[in-house]
Amino acid sequence: MPPILKVEDLAVHFPTRGGLLGGRRSLKAVDGVDLDLKPGECLGLVGESGCGKSTLALTILGLQAPTRGHITLDGHKVGAGMDRMERARIAQMVFQDPYSSLNPRQTVRASLTAPLRLHGVTNRGEIDDRVTGMLRQVGLRPDQAERYPHEFSGGQRQRIGIARALILQPKIVVLDEPVSALDVSIRAQIINLLLELKERLGLSYLMISHDLGVVEHMSDRVAVMYLGRIVETGPWEAIFTQPRHPYTRGLIAAIPDPFRRSPAIKISGEIPNPLDPPSGCSFHPRCPFCRDICRAPSVPVLEDVGEDHAVRCRRHAELPPP
Amino acid sequence: MSSAPLLEVENLRIDLAVGGNRFAAVENVSFSIGRGETYGLVGESGCGKSITALGLIGLLRPPLSFGGGTIRFDGREIQNLPPAAMRAMRGKRIAMIFQEPMTALNPVSPVGRQIAEMFVLHEGVSWREAERRAVEALASVRVPAPERRVKDYPHQLSGGMRQRVMIAIALACNPDLLLADEPTTALDVTVQAEILDLIRDLSAAKGTAVLMISHDLGLIANMCRRVGVMYAGRIVEERVAEEVFRAPSHPYTSGLVASLPLLGARSRQGRHRLKEISGVVPPVTAFPEGCRFNPRCQRATDICRVNDPAITPLRNGGVRCHHHE
Repeated sequence: MPPILKVEDLAVHFPTRGGLLGGRRSLKAVDGVDLDLKPGECLGLVGESGCGKSTLALTILGLQAPTRGHITLDGHKVGAGMDRMERARIAQMVFQDPYSSLNPRQTVRASLTAPLRLHGVTNRGEIDDRVTGMLRQVGLRPDQAERYPHEFSGGQRQRIGIARALILQPKIVVLDEPVSALDVSIRAQIINLLLELKERLGLSYLMISHDLGVVEHMSDRVAVMYLGRIVETGPWEAIFTQPRHPYTRGLIAAIPDPFRRSPAIKISGEIPNPLDPPSGCSFHPRCPFCRDICRAPSVPVLEDVGEDHAVRCRRHAELPPP
Repeated sequence: MSSAPLLEVENLRIDLAVGGNRFAAVENVSFSIGRGETYGLVGESGCGKSITALGLIGLLRPPLSFGGGTIRFDGREIQNLPPAAMRAMRGKRIAMIFQEPMTALNPVSPVGRQIAEMFVLHEGVSWREAERRAVEALASVRVPAPERRVKDYPHQLSGGMRQRVMIAIALACNPDLLLADEPTTALDVTVQAEILDLIRDLSAAKGTAVLMISHDLGLIANMCRRVGVMYAGRIVEERVAEEVFRAPSHPYTSGLVASLPLLGARSRQGRHRLKEISGVVPPVTAFPEGCRFNPRCQRATDICRVNDPAITPLRNGGVRCHHHE
């Protein structure tokens, strides 16, 4: 089956003024990313702040212009002949913070009706049916449509955010940290809802999250980003039980384990300045397995290691098993 | 061996004033922390865990106020200390670090000076000597090139480095107790792991007791020997950390543990539907009658809606529930 979302060699560079010698430099937020999202799949995109995962998501949704590369949504090349309206019908986004992503002065009905009208649904009966149906899908009562966002709890507001994203019946939904702003006891409700909706409506998800527990639970495949590049990608079992890249292994080991004190592998230091990325493998200054070869100037390639699993590390074959 | 705990909190109550009414945001909270022990308070936003910490060191400000109970620190009751005495103790014997170090640091003062201030205020040394010791303090929290970093302002440092500076300030005078309120929530996971290691190593080396506060049950279980689970202003369960996960007793704790997508769970047991806790966390102004968890509890019966359960002792802890496991 062809992918419903295809990203090829995508780069987003932000020009900055005034380097050390007054020259122009660019911040390479996304630097040569290839991604495939298959229909019905949830692809988890993992990485720490500054790795470029949010820029990548915004670019896919057309909210940020790419410097180079191609994005294909449901067979349509983005940029050439695809307008905003068409894109909005294919791909939508659920934001992290349902408090700031809903208009506080609009009722739920107004928030859900506006996109329908904009896209040419004018029959009042049809609008009402679709709003009512959508609210039921996300676990809200139709009579709650006349209320304003502040009258809802955080979890309910995220349900409204999901309803708003789904009202145009998109095929792809980008989930940007969909549960991290919610109370811990509410998260399971939203995670279960998202998984049910994916099955029921045949959706495809690109989910950004820093919570590896959520990513493991929800994803079919996982891509790990570091400084603008994908450093490892594969099926969820491979990423979580046989991670190959030292960064992936360090990320997983960094999650506090309730039953074990000390992680097997530790990453030291912080993400380097993206304006001045390290030579060679950009992870080498923090990597416990770094050797001279890792500093060699060219960027390591994303190497296929079998079964849909790829890793960008020159030493992956020599590393001790995880 | 003297077995008196370092900190003993008994029946702490903290009031929230809303339009002339007082609501107990924290009530009947009792726990103790031994010398050098790391104790965890875990709960969701609004459960009262952060204001409990503020209450311990006299930092409650209106609309919050101390409402009763005793706080015994090193054998002495401190809940009614005059402000000057409390100030002298804060920073020197009990120190605190917060979630967002940027708002807790002074933006217009170099970080070295903010560390040095601790030595000047609490130990009466000269500024020159204090600044020298500030370099050592930064080195002790593993900040690279500390002699240069002391001259940096907070905005020049990353979030992880700022939190290291906060820890250096907090531990400058070798306090007996460190209150750590969500110290890594704003940080990336790899940086979080380093900061937790740092807190663990330094508290062990200096014999500092730590009150660790977080919404992250996994983090608390990893860091602490004993854990108090808070819900709606109460400690509903107190246990040895591993037991909270292996054999939770209170329905809220067991619900919470079953609702978490724990790392590794899917690889071990396949994907199962996460258990949901119905309803929402009640606001302070509308805590339910009886057991405060009863409207969300699957085990609730008539007695739960009327009678507030007392603490039932368990091995290594206790639980506040009529129908505990």
